Amino acid sequence: MSRRRIATLAAAALVLGFAAIAPGTEVGASPAAVEPAEAASASSGLDYWSMVFVFLLSTFIGIGVIRRVSRLLHTPLMSLTNAISAIAVVGSIIVTGSDYPLEIRILGAVALFASMTNIVSGFLITDRMLKMFKTERDKQ
Amino acid sequence: MSIAVTQLSYLVATALFVLSLHWMNDPKTARRGVHAGVAAMLLAVLATWAQPAVIVHHGWIVIAIALGFAVGWPLSRVPLTAVPQRTALSHAFGGLAAGLVGTAKYFLWLGEGQENLTAFRMTAIIAEIILGYLTFTGSLMAAGKLQELKWIPQRPVTYPGQNFINIGLLVVAVFLGVALVLNPVAAWAVPAFVAIIVLSLAFGVLLIIPIGGADMPTVISILNSYAGLSAVAMGFVLDNKLLITAGALDGSSGLILSIIMCKAMNRSFVNVLFGAFGKVEAAKTTGEQKIYKAESLEGAAQILEQANLVVIIPGYGMAVAQAQHKVRELYDQLKKRGINVKFAIHPVAGRMPGHMNVLLAEADVPYTDLAEMDDINADMPQCDVALVVGANDVVNPAARTDASSPIYGMPIIAADRARTVFAIKRSKNPGFAGIDNELYFSDKTWMLFGDAKAVVGELVKQLSGGGMH
Repeated sequence: MSRRRIATLAAAALVLGFAAIAPGTEVGASPAAVEPAEAASASSGLDYWSMVFVFLLSTFIGIGVIRRVSRLLHTPLMSLTNAISAIAVVGSIIVTGSDYPLEIRILGAVALFASMTNIVSGFLITDRMLKMFKTERDKQ
Repeated sequence: MSIAVTQLSYLVATALFVLSLHWMNDPKTARRGVHAGVAAMLLAVLATWAQPAVIVHHGWIVIAIALGFAVGWPLSRVPLTAVPQRTALSHAFGGLAAGLVGTAKYFLWLGEGQENLTAFRMTAIIAEIILGYLTFTGSLMAAGKLQELKWIPQRPVTYPGQNFINIGLLVVAVFLGVALVLNPVAAWAVPAFVAIIVLSLAFGVLLIIPIGGADMPTVISILNSYAGLSAVAMGFVLDNKLLITAGALDGSSGLILSIIMCKAMNRSFVNVLFGAFGKVEAAKTTGEQKIYKAESLEGAAQILEQANLVVIIPGYGMAVAQAQHKVRELYDQLKKRGINVKFAIHPVAGRMPGHMNVLLAEADVPYTDLAEMDDINADMPQCDVALVVGANDVVNPAARTDASSPIYGMPIIAADRARTVFAIKRSKNPGFAGIDNELYFSDKTWMLFGDAKAVVGELVKQLSGGGMH
């Protein structure tokens, strides 16, 4: 089996796993909830589906793009994707800065610190490594 | 700032992230990729922060960001031999961030707005905390092993019933998770939630304990994937599509690297995680005493001088001995004589994907002379001298010939097809997997015993002392 096929299958399995959860959502939520919540769950039910679609498509794009990355650069690739997945910073900022109870915001601040560390060290070390990759001609 | 502006910024950031990875396909455009990534991140942070309707407290944000810079900057200056542990550490931070945000969101909604705890969100929160916390402790363990901390055993630790216990922990955590999805606000919900956290933290530690150094490239890649998936789960919890896309990019990157690593060792994910490679049934010591042939450095230097094509095969031993700069001097000496020199890089050489490439690039070896295993193997029959520097299993012909060998089926660099092989080896002990290497006893192999840096340094001295033609 080709590497591509394995990757595609694995991605599809992941996505189907999440997709399987989505339809269950409304079933689980509606009996307990009353009308206003039901209206909300109907609209956000659609939104859940669109999020699953986004996940599916971005996983395929990710696989397509990463497969073309030069093997030379796998170490910088990993530190770059580290920095990119520190996009968790967005969630951390929301939790830290919103008008939430103190304990919640403390958790957010620690998460924000951790994400920020990854962003700073990830991008800087990637650039530092990439600067070292030279051809014979670049050296002159 | 309106929602439209925020979403538009997220959209642009998503595009930049994809482009950022796209530009990594070539060393010539790779730095542009980093710049695109930085721009995207800056945009995402500013767009999130500049929402006066949402973000009302700024002090802690400033402090946390400042602390992130204070810790992140030194972490980006580590020596390149320490890059695997830095990478593992940053997976730990990523997992921690996801776990904490998931925890915070659960308790927030439990306190105010329980109607937010829909089955979908609860599932996402549970996935986020399990993945986040197990990545956190698992990566810390991996980083500790790579850093060779004294109180973390380097050798794989195994005990009876290990897999049973590990999988049992995970099953209990998932079971509690399902119960919570069905009853997110039950009286026992908080203890159950805390129990999931504790189980995930413990699972992360136990998962890494039985894994040896040779499996680190695969494990780091798998943890990379988990860190990305935990960010995806956070996106589901927060209804944030930027988190989902960026997390999915990271998750798929980890997935692809894991697959490449597994294929390069001819093993499956399951086998890496639950197989405890390092302990391989007491490396069968065959009765007959085999004899190494040692070669003097003068002799080796003379043979090298007469070669047309020299292939250098680096392994983790080169990194341990910090020999990459001496290796580059040797490369320069040979190149000066018009000898064609290539480096043969096995995908799992070192402790993380691409480790050898970065070390050699640091030592100023042009990347055009770093060859992938499949490309160089075709040239090996024309190779006059294969010089093995601190590599072992990746050149072991038993992978091709001995069906009983634990590494049987693993693709190797065909050093044994070269006309002459010089192998630099620190000691006469077998390699990481504890397997004898037939290559070292072959008729055309000569051993150069000693520290890789010292031996290569001595070869350079011989070559430069021998005068120019």
